[in-house]
Amino acid sequence: MSESSFEPIEEKLYWNRYLVDAGRPHIRVRRHLSPSASLRALTKICPANCYSFDDAGQVKVVTDGCLECGTCRVLCEATGEIDWNYPRGGFGILFKFG
Amino acid sequence: MSRERFDAIVVGAGMSGNAAAYTMASRGLKVLQLERGEYPGSKNVQGAILYANMLEGIVPNFRDDAPLERHLVEQRLWIMDDTSHSGMHYRSHDFNEQRANRYTIVRVQFDKWFAGKVREAGGTILCETTATKLARDCSGNVIGVHTDRAGRPILADVVVLAEGVNGVLGTRMGLRDMPKSQNVALAVKEMHFLPEHVIAERFGLTGDQGCVIEALGTISRGMAGLGFLYTNRDSISLGIGCLVSGLAESMESPHTVLNGFKCHPSIKPLLAGSEVKEYAAHLIPEGGFRAIPELHGEGWVVVGDAAQLNNAVHREGSNLAMTSGQIAGEAICTIKNQGRLMTKDNLSLYKSMLDKSFVIKDLIKHKDVPALLHTNSQSLFSTYPKLLSQAAQSFVRVEGSTKIEKEKAAIDAFIKARSRWGLVSDAVRIARAWR
Repeated sequence: MSESSFEPIEEKLYWNRYLVDAGRPHIRVRRHLSPSASLRALTKICPANCYSFDDAGQVKVVTDGCLECGTCRVLCEATGEIDWNYPRGGFGILFKFG
Repeated sequence: MSRERFDAIVVGAGMSGNAAAYTMASRGLKVLQLERGEYPGSKNVQGAILYANMLEGIVPNFRDDAPLERHLVEQRLWIMDDTSHSGMHYRSHDFNEQRANRYTIVRVQFDKWFAGKVREAGGTILCETTATKLARDCSGNVIGVHTDRAGRPILADVVVLAEGVNGVLGTRMGLRDMPKSQNVALAVKEMHFLPEHVIAERFGLTGDQGCVIEALGTISRGMAGLGFLYTNRDSISLGIGCLVSGLAESMESPHTVLNGFKCHPSIKPLLAGSEVKEYAAHLIPEGGFRAIPELHGEGWVVVGDAAQLNNAVHREGSNLAMTSGQIAGEAICTIKNQGRLMTKDNLSLYKSMLDKSFVIKDLIKHKDVPALLHTNSQSLFSTYPKLLSQAAQSFVRVEGSTKIEKEKAAIDAFIKARSRWGLVSDAVRIARAWR
């Protein structure tokens, strides 16, 4: 294990290989007044920390570090709060070990 | 893509997809496999343990060239609280057999190998291609798939959906429901690299022997969850999975939960000095028998994780995936050879063959376990592990109190935490679910 046992998530993502589809995020958060409990949960439980609050208190997503696990889809696609897709073929996370 | 037509399209190049594609291609069917990753395996995540018997049924001589890490000689099950672990170790020299029963593998390498077998058998694999929609005829029968490549849909007699637990085709096209948050676990995993001899020394292994630790208790912070440590040749797969419903309710960050497991005094020394090279996350189907969707329809079948074919109790998934893929492939070949159409009625052959296999029989046996884990996670994963640890510590420490006093204190602690009635009803529920 490296020096610190508590690497910030950004450092963990740096271990990974990605091919980012610039300008074409595969997940979008729909506009909302106040985030639901499920949407708020994503700011904590997304394993790549893709979700956060913006200044207006809305939940936003940055998909560059996405691990394509689908947790956010399971919680928030059916409620219509997010628009979810896999990245285009070849793009996104490219696991070396898996 | 030209207008050539395939006997079968397999969506996905994981365990179930490769097994299905290989089975059909090696029996002479014209098979197209679609994979959204840059290469087969690049989107796939698993612990990972390979059960040899099921693969042997598909590729009998796989040991000649498959990338296997270590064959398992020791299994540890640890029940943990914050500072201790107690549990069971099973180690046997019998596992040092010529054709070992279980191996650790690294999925990306393994999947590349398995996909190579599909190509050798004559299957075509199209990578960097995401299947976006099923193509249907005017009666609603599935006749192929649309992809994110420009052009018309690719046509086939049957589509095998091997798209994983989070597959979009089946759920968007109404063939099955989206997995519910209490029926899927989110697992996060790190790959820790260490020299081969260091791993061997730390776990008491020689040659390519391997060891597995599976751990439950307060490491999952009251959520239904399981930690794991698998020894590969020169790396350790370390991870922990918790039900998504538990994470959403507790708002626990999975990478913080993993860090806690990693820093547990029983785990930390096993990883000391390692270099981490990857951080992965993946959903695991945990709903069991009751979550299995319709398995076949007009022109399609669903296999593997997409069909929720995972045995959470025994931590078996890839073998169920492989076997379901193989059975689907065999059923399709049989129907094809009889000159019949890939209708829902005819494809019921897949379901009846699967029902007769260990896949469905095992899932039926444990059909009540998922609900038990979901509704009793706090006592099963926090209260009982703590009590067990206290009792074990009290038993081991020698400080002058009598053994009778110690036993009484341990029993009183269990009763205080769960009440007599609670203990009995927990025992009955667990016994029933296990039956």
